[in-house]
Amino acid sequence: MRAERRLGALAALLVLSVGFYLLWNLRAPFGFILGLRAERLVALVLVGAASGAATMVFQTLIGNRLLTPGIVGFDALYVFLQTLLVMLLGGAGLAQLPSPLLFLGETACLMGAALALFGLLLRRGAGDLIRLVLTGVILGVLLRGLAGFAQRLLEPSEFAVVQQASVASFNAVDGTLLPFAAVALLLALAGALWLAPALDLAALGRIPARTLGLGHDRLVMQGLALVAALVAVSTALVGPMAFLGLLAASLAQQLVTSHRHVLLIPAAAVLGAAILVLGQFVFERLLGLQSALAIVVEFAGGLVFLALVLKRRPR
Amino acid sequence: MRAGAGIAAGLVLLAALSLAIGATNLWSGPLDSGMVLAVSRIPRTLAAMLAGAGLALAGVVVQQSVQNRLVEPGLTGTPEAAMLGLLAVTLLAPGAPLLAKMGVAALTALLGTAGFFALSRHVPRRDPMLLPLVGLIYAGILGSIALGAAWATDLVQYLWSWQSGEFSGVLRGRYELLWLVAGMALLLYLLADRITLLGLGEDYARSLGLNYRQTLLMGLGIVALTTAVIVVSVGAMPFVGLVVPNLVSRWRGDNLRRNLPLVAAAGAGFVLAADVLGRLLRWPYEIPAAMVFAVFGAGLFLWLLNRPRVRHEG
Amino acid sequence: MIEVESLSLHRAGLPVLADVSLRLPNGGVTAIIGPNGAGKSTLLHCLAGLIAPQSGRVRVEGVDIHRVREAERALLLSLLTQNPGAVPRLSVRDLVGFGRWPHHRGRPGPTDHALVEAALERFDLLPLAGREVEALSGGQRQRVFVAMAFAQATPWMLLDEPLSALDPKFARDIMERLRDVATAGPGVVLVLHDLSVAARYADRCICMKQGKILAAGAWQSTVTSDLLTRLYDTPMRLAEVDGQPVVLSA
Repeated sequence: MRAERRLGALAALLVLSVGFYLLWNLRAPFGFILGLRAERLVALVLVGAASGAATMVFQTLIGNRLLTPGIVGFDALYVFLQTLLVMLLGGAGLAQLPSPLLFLGETACLMGAALALFGLLLRRGAGDLIRLVLTGVILGVLLRGLAGFAQRLLEPSEFAVVQQASVASFNAVDGTLLPFAAVALLLALAGALWLAPALDLAALGRIPARTLGLGHDRLVMQGLALVAALVAVSTALVGPMAFLGLLAASLAQQLVTSHRHVLLIPAAAVLGAAILVLGQFVFERLLGLQSALAIVVEFAGGLVFLALVLKRRPR
Repeated sequence: MRAGAGIAAGLVLLAALSLAIGATNLWSGPLDSGMVLAVSRIPRTLAAMLAGAGLALAGVVVQQSVQNRLVEPGLTGTPEAAMLGLLAVTLLAPGAPLLAKMGVAALTALLGTAGFFALSRHVPRRDPMLLPLVGLIYAGILGSIALGAAWATDLVQYLWSWQSGEFSGVLRGRYELLWLVAGMALLLYLLADRITLLGLGEDYARSLGLNYRQTLLMGLGIVALTTAVIVVSVGAMPFVGLVVPNLVSRWRGDNLRRNLPLVAAAGAGFVLAADVLGRLLRWPYEIPAAMVFAVFGAGLFLWLLNRPRVRHEG
Repeated sequence: MIEVESLSLHRAGLPVLADVSLRLPNGGVTAIIGPNGAGKSTLLHCLAGLIAPQSGRVRVEGVDIHRVREAERALLLSLLTQNPGAVPRLSVRDLVGFGRWPHHRGRPGPTDHALVEAALERFDLLPLAGREVEALSGGQRQRVFVAMAFAQATPWMLLDEPLSALDPKFARDIMERLRDVATAGPGVVLVLHDLSVAARYADRCICMKQGKILAAGAWQSTVTSDLLTRLYDTPMRLAEVDGQPVVLSA
């Protein structure tokens, strides 16, 4: 029960930071400012929760607590897909499409591409995880390079359209996307919770899980689809954030000392959201720095990664 | 030696191509073709070859020093540390001569590389892929410090120009620092056997009578200086130091003294080819050579990684 | 009953298993022995359905183990691999509890809890039940994994070198419990390196060499000094000390 209580405390922390964010220094016109703040708040919460949950699920699937979907190139894949889309349709053609439709299409594309790519890799290399992960990392570099490459082939005006998607920023969030992103996030979270018991077992490793009767390959496919959807939510809203998820997932594991994903996934989601909301509160309201958050979160996430590596006992 | 002759012939061919291709038509253009060659094309071709050779050799040294084939200067924080040094000089002493800027960049690059090396000793050796990941993240941290600093001081444009290596800005009088790379290469050739011993690990190297610390420091110094010169002159070029040494080692084994010239030549050839391709792909505009190489280099590396391992003959 | 029909497997052009056929009646302890590289572990993984052979088939209790869903397979046999690997921060009770997964698929009932407690008791793990697995010694850890396989309550338990790197006391603890388990119900099949341990506890043996079965059958009537000498290509002697069988390499 202790783990449940800790999850409750984390949720309380999130509520508290949301309250601070919304009400600190609130002046007239109340309604207008609240509305403005609420929109950004929703974006922060969605991105944080999606990153945290995606990383938690992903780490369990590949059996490594150091990696995030971002490190192995998921968001690079998203940026690449978006660049391809701009190339095919043209920046103007893209602007005519309603952005929610575009978001749904891109999410579906990312899920398909991620499944095809990483599913293939996993199936071929399930025994050789080291090679698989490195392949993913390099693939991410390749995709980033290809996206940059394709961007160079674009006209400057179209280049600007894509550029926005390839640099993390909380300043230019498309408000019309929020409801769709929220629905996608909720669906994906529900899916992740549904898979939670199987993920508990998968955390033991591929072979033990298989001897205990888990259809490991199928679980990996289902899980990767969810991860892809979650990554699409966060990347579409603010762009690639490689380490936010790592920060949230490793904190969740430290704080909720449980192996049960029913608790771990919500904890990672809540922590991811709380980190962003608190961080934005501190940087925007207290320090007056508008766009430092993405950089600082990445920095802190990187430090956490190094700390995790160095803490591991050499065996 | 037939391989050496083949590579040399390829290099000459590429260099000829590089001299002939560009936005200005040499034969019927409005400019004097002799001047175009002397001011732009020849320096550019030389710069690409020097940078490629230097990065490939630096890759070899890094791989031997940390005993991991999957690491390269781009994964040890070296370019990012050099950029931090450059930023600092640009802020504190904007009027400093280029040589002084470079000296500072080389120094911070050495510090950054040494930091990675210190870190690498605490990384469990069991997973060979862990070290490149640690390097990636270490470089990312240094990079985010640099980005933050640049962002706070409106120097982001500078940073971008250092981040993506390209040769379109190379002119006579602005690339000569790169000849330092040639000096480094010579030094490395003299040290080849010691660097090979580094690759056997500290205990073994010591038992064979090597002054481990001194050799290591020299090796890292060469890497830092080479990388700093390249970052200052043309910008960072990831993957060259990773792909080229691995390709050569797959092909010819691991005798360093015999391989170093090959590694240098192959590095020069690959980077020059990337530059030529970058000029052709979207003529008359240019795509940075680093970007071209990242795409092909990553592709090559993926192939290396997933190809079934074949034994190479001596 | 486990029935194996002409199982063959090649890797990189070399035969790892060459036309292996055998039959194991229910119950009892069966030891797979043979020199390094004989294909012992591969055979065990094939029996467990984790490695698919290129030809031949394996039937466990009449079910083709390579054609059945993972969930059903886990109700027929449990497998303990070598180096079961790092465990996330789990308590002993939680890990043994995972043995019941094939039966409850994530929603444990009272029977499951009762059987986990029974497994903990059987392998003397009740005093350790709340500890984290990572904090245990090698011998204790191995007992936990064997208890987990036992909690799976399958007709067959397959174990790949469960005694490697264990002190004689721990090895003996595990073997005696496994023998108890085997007399009461499930058949235990294990790969063993220590021939004296095999001689003492095994009811049956499968002697493998270069991917083939050199001999198989009841230990008493099959294993001789001569057979072991041929199996390991080095002089071996089956002897008896204080009424216990031992194997010496002479």
